[in-house]
Amino acid sequence: MTAPTATAPTRRRPGRVRGPLLYTVASLGLLVMAAPFLWMALSAFKTKKDLTASPPVWIPSHWTLANFRALLDQLDMARYFMNSLIVAVLVTVCNLLFCSMLGYALAKLQFTGRSKVFGIVLAALMVPGNLLVLPLYVLMTKLNLIDSYAGLVLPFAAGAFGVFLMRQFMQSIPDELLEAARIDGAGEWYIFWRIVLPLVKPALATLTIFTFLGSWNNFVWPLIATNDPGKYTLPVALATFANDPNRTVGGGNGMLMAGSLLVVLPVLLVFAVLQRHFTQGIATAGLK
Amino acid sequence: MSLVTGSTADSAATGPTKLSKTPVGPNRGSGRERRLGRHNLHGWLFSAPFLVLFGVFMLLPIVATLLMSFTDFGARDVTRPFEAEFVGFDNYTRLFGDDVFRTALFNTGYFVVVGVPLTVVLGLLVAVLLNNGIDRARAFFRVGFYAPVVTTIVAVAVVWRFVLDPSDGLVAGLASELGLTAPDFLGSETWAMPSLIAMAVWRNLGTVMVLFIAGLQAIPTEVREAARLDGAGAWQELRRVTVPLLRPTMLYATVITSIGYLNVFEEPFVMTQGGPSNSTMTVSLNMYQEGFNFFHMGYASAMAYVLFVVIMGITVLQLRLLKDNTS
Repeated sequence: MTAPTATAPTRRRPGRVRGPLLYTVASLGLLVMAAPFLWMALSAFKTKKDLTASPPVWIPSHWTLANFRALLDQLDMARYFMNSLIVAVLVTVCNLLFCSMLGYALAKLQFTGRSKVFGIVLAALMVPGNLLVLPLYVLMTKLNLIDSYAGLVLPFAAGAFGVFLMRQFMQSIPDELLEAARIDGAGEWYIFWRIVLPLVKPALATLTIFTFLGSWNNFVWPLIATNDPGKYTLPVALATFANDPNRTVGGGNGMLMAGSLLVVLPVLLVFAVLQRHFTQGIATAGLK
Repeated sequence: MSLVTGSTADSAATGPTKLSKTPVGPNRGSGRERRLGRHNLHGWLFSAPFLVLFGVFMLLPIVATLLMSFTDFGARDVTRPFEAEFVGFDNYTRLFGDDVFRTALFNTGYFVVVGVPLTVVLGLLVAVLLNNGIDRARAFFRVGFYAPVVTTIVAVAVVWRFVLDPSDGLVAGLASELGLTAPDFLGSETWAMPSLIAMAVWRNLGTVMVLFIAGLQAIPTEVREAARLDGAGAWQELRRVTVPLLRPTMLYATVITSIGYLNVFEEPFVMTQGGPSNSTMTVSLNMYQEGFNFFHMGYASAMAYVLFVVIMGITVLQLRLLKDNTS
């Protein structure tokens, strides 16, 4: 990436005029992208007066935590946060294990029916949730798993995307390495656990991020599979609160922005720290 | 949790045992055959967790939805699923006489037909801009454009609802500063859908952008150099070199964006509840309301299958149309 940039100035002579213009366009675009986030973050700290001010006030004239206090008074945010966290951690652990297991089998074990199993994975990749939720609700009711963590985790415990990703990465491991281990008498599980998994740590990192965020942001199934507010995840709690006709009018927007900020902030922080893995993951999964 | 720790502990324990067993197995006949046998067994063992979960939580529901769509499955059948009455194609024939469903189909089509091209074209432009026009702080810009993708859609929808609020919202405020009156975006039958589309484009642009950046970086610099030497301007280079070479990426981006948009649910659920007067009612939302508010689950199952067939049809069509042009 450094080499082309070094030659860039000589290659693009008109760039001197174009450069600043393009930066302006890109910056304006970025501003539009960021505006809703900025508006949310700043509004969360505004007083009622600033929230309803016209023309709109960007920077609060008086910073306040009143919106957060009112929100925490009305909603058990800590509990929803824990629910979201527990579900996301369980879903992630299951996916890391099950997807890499199948990814390993598909990439490195010649078993009869392998191409059929891979076909199933590809098909599973394309199944829309709409085709599943109605009977899943019936099934979970029968299994007594409505309002339980198991009910929220199990349908997402092994995603096809993860299998696909792990298979892609594991295919690049040389067969000789595994063959040598087999000759030394290592069992398949030992090879998988001690040799293969350590070699695909970057893929595991990518899968962790995608699965965790997918679960954290997931809305439709938790909405369906929970009736007891004590089992709501953050998005379900926020959406229910936002659509509650009894919500306090006026100050409501401040509370909603405070709530949205609390839901989005962990995600944005994780993203900011680990952003490299995102783009890599998408590119790998998307273009192969 | 017990499920996971159980299986790991189990296999960790069997690891060493296998280690000592394999080399001195009883049937030392053909090494190759034995290895194939071993691969067979382990292949299926390693596939088992995924396949079991797939069978119970995906295959079974897919079949069940189809069966339910031919019954009058209702609230009382949730606890006694096998007592639902078979009604043949009733649900399907009723669907096409259902005004709300027809509106939902139309609105979903509107969302896709306007939203997908906007998302793909803007994503492409941003990708080209960031890849070719900008050297410094490229990563910073990329992160900024991608950030909406990773954020919780419900939270983002709540924020947009406030941004578009007719009295206290950001857009209305900015408009009034310019001496204009912004419409009541989400309260107007004309503006509600474009508002949802704007939000979807804003949120999904980043995915498309990342795909295109990966595609752009795969284009050899020699090709660009050659085009420049031949006197191609920036626009010509984009039209005649970049876009044709990006066709596979464009196909993929169009297909996944279309599938996502055909299933649109959260945006109308949070921002408009399908209103005003069903102007933002989508198929997914209609299905959710029929299935889980009114418990017309048989009827909702038929909706799910109609949507599925539409999605499959559109995907196949896109693959045909966009692929043919490549050759």
